[in-house]
Amino acid sequence: MNPVLLAEAAPGVAADFSQETIWASIVKAVLIVVFLLTSVLFAIWFERKVVARMQVRPGPNWHGPAGLLQSLADAMKLLLKEDMTVTRADRFVYLLAPMISVFCSLLVFAVIPFGPSLPFPWTDWTTPAQLTDFPVAVLYVLAAASLGVYGIVLGGWASGSTYPLLGSVRSTAQVISYELAMGLSLVSVFIMAGSMSTSQIVSSQTQIWWFIPLAPAFVIYVISMVGETNRLPFDLPEAEGELVSGYMTEYSSMKFAWFFLAEYINMLNVSAVCVTLFLGGWRAPVPDGFLGGALNEGWLPIIWFLVKLWAVMFFFVWVRGTLLRLRYDQFMVFGWKVLIPVALAWVVVLAVVQWLQRVQGMSFQQFVPVIIGVAVVFIAVMWFWPDKKAAPPGDGADKEPVDAFAGGFPVPPLPGEKLPPSKRFGKEVHGE
Amino acid sequence: MTPAGLEISGGETVLFWVIAPLMVLAALGLLFVKRAVHAAMCLVFVMVSMAILYIAQEAPFLGVVQVVVYTGAVMMLFLFVLMLVGVDASDSLTETIRGQRWIGLLIGIGLAVLLGAVVGRAAFPPAAGLNGGDPGGVANPQGLARVLFSQYVVAMEAVGVLLVTAAVGALVLTHRRRLTPKQDQRAVADARVRALPDGVVLTPLPSPGVYATSNAMDTPALGPDGEQVPQSVSRVLRIRGQEKAAPHAPGTELVETQAQVGGSRSTGTREGEA
Repeated sequence: MNPVLLAEAAPGVAADFSQETIWASIVKAVLIVVFLLTSVLFAIWFERKVVARMQVRPGPNWHGPAGLLQSLADAMKLLLKEDMTVTRADRFVYLLAPMISVFCSLLVFAVIPFGPSLPFPWTDWTTPAQLTDFPVAVLYVLAAASLGVYGIVLGGWASGSTYPLLGSVRSTAQVISYELAMGLSLVSVFIMAGSMSTSQIVSSQTQIWWFIPLAPAFVIYVISMVGETNRLPFDLPEAEGELVSGYMTEYSSMKFAWFFLAEYINMLNVSAVCVTLFLGGWRAPVPDGFLGGALNEGWLPIIWFLVKLWAVMFFFVWVRGTLLRLRYDQFMVFGWKVLIPVALAWVVVLAVVQWLQRVQGMSFQQFVPVIIGVAVVFIAVMWFWPDKKAAPPGDGADKEPVDAFAGGFPVPPLPGEKLPPSKRFGKEVHGE
Repeated sequence: MTPAGLEISGGETVLFWVIAPLMVLAALGLLFVKRAVHAAMCLVFVMVSMAILYIAQEAPFLGVVQVVVYTGAVMMLFLFVLMLVGVDASDSLTETIRGQRWIGLLIGIGLAVLLGAVVGRAAFPPAAGLNGGDPGGVANPQGLARVLFSQYVVAMEAVGVLLVTAAVGALVLTHRRRLTPKQDQRAVADARVRALPDGVVLTPLPSPGVYATSNAMDTPALGPDGEQVPQSVSRVLRIRGQEKAAPHAPGTELVETQAQVGGSRSTGTREGEA
């Protein structure tokens, strides 16, 4: 809210906002919005072009050089289309929902550092290349994401129709469950960096980027970020084959475009968080101290940041072009029974390791035998763990059906009992 | 920042006077709007505004956690139930207890008077900020963690155990014993293969025929031998007797069908009867 006030109250923040004026903040905010909007236009073209290449076809190549203006043409088309409001819609919420989506997606980039402090030529004035930062910046990102879900939920509900409601319910369940795994994977970065401020996390990655020592957390984050943004293979809320297009079904024209915009900005958001927390943020992909650190100063880091950001975006597109959509129950089982337990276990292991290293002062050499011992015990236990007994085949298949109405009123069958087949089951045409 | 007194910035004052009236309006809206989802939205607005005020008052952790936990998780579950149970209609205004409205009003006025008296008589010391000038105070996450995990660690653990107990209890209460073994994809596939001798088809059934003169759903496809395939029409349509004959099936006339008024079932002109 108040960058100056927060910077003073924030000892755990690396970026220095003490010289920041209100005008600098406004200019940065406008620049971020412009950056996001143009990036979305580029991202749509990028996605279509890359997917097309993967499918051995040219992709959009008609408007502008290499089809670059295609998304602009699409945006114009959406703007000029008839704006419909369905009769059964709850008008106010129907209009509000896409606004919430876009608004919340625009919030995240406020705390993403594009670079270190930027020097301005011919002046001695420098400013951090991020709008603001405070000790709980990454939690703020999670908060913005959880508010963004309201757009989807309310959009689906306000449409007053079945498929959008189902889509929005799916989407909420999905985003909430994958946000848990995502939050847990971020915790390990907090433990290692000792801070939740984005600039501090970037400056803690001078020696090594966190995706190497925290590889399990990184993998969990990457999976849950795809789930969080409702992208293939996790795009169940808008699965065309099942739900038309989910919560967006009843939206048209500009209101649809807002949802579309929010979805792509969210992709950029999670990619930027991934880069900042795991891939070294704006740091150049060279060892610390290379060329005296010249690659990590001035305006150059913005380029490293953008290159990494688009590398993650390419990964998004690559996944979309490669994998098939999961079934919904498999997807939820994967989230709750695999991702969250693994993330929890990883956080516990990491906390114990950190405690041993920092509090007990164990060195890495002392640590190796401990790791090997634990691994041997784990493998031994898994080796001798009894196999799950298979269920006896043909359970109840050959028994006589029981009469559920024997006592005068219907009772459910007990284990091993079998109901007679329904009278409606397998009914066939008379005379056949 | 001195412990004695903290200058409240002009920006913070403006922020408060913009947000506070809106919060009061939304809180009143919670009481007076008709639809449950709108009331939930008002509550969400109040929660988010409160988070903004927390952040402005040097408690960023509290503000952000308020949004993540209450708005993002608890309120979302409420909204879920509202939407799925369909508490759409406006609330019923019938009194279940006689005179309930007046009793409620009386108690409400009493509470308002009490609160007014207490708040009006309170004397506020000069603002010190949440840290009270101490850089390691409770407002920053490290200070908060230190307090929570040293001084109040038992309370924290107790609350954690309580919450887990509640969650496990809910699971136990909603758990249903599985009476038959779970039918997974492999079991279903095996069962279908076992049923092959009984005339079950492994492949999907043939889709209905598409012809120039008829809609597809009710018209059977023609097999490679030129015979009609009855399974290609939905079982429901067949039970209702709503299927038609394929126009080119052997034994049916081609052009003449159009001329026959009220033609029989085999000629494919039963629209009038359905």
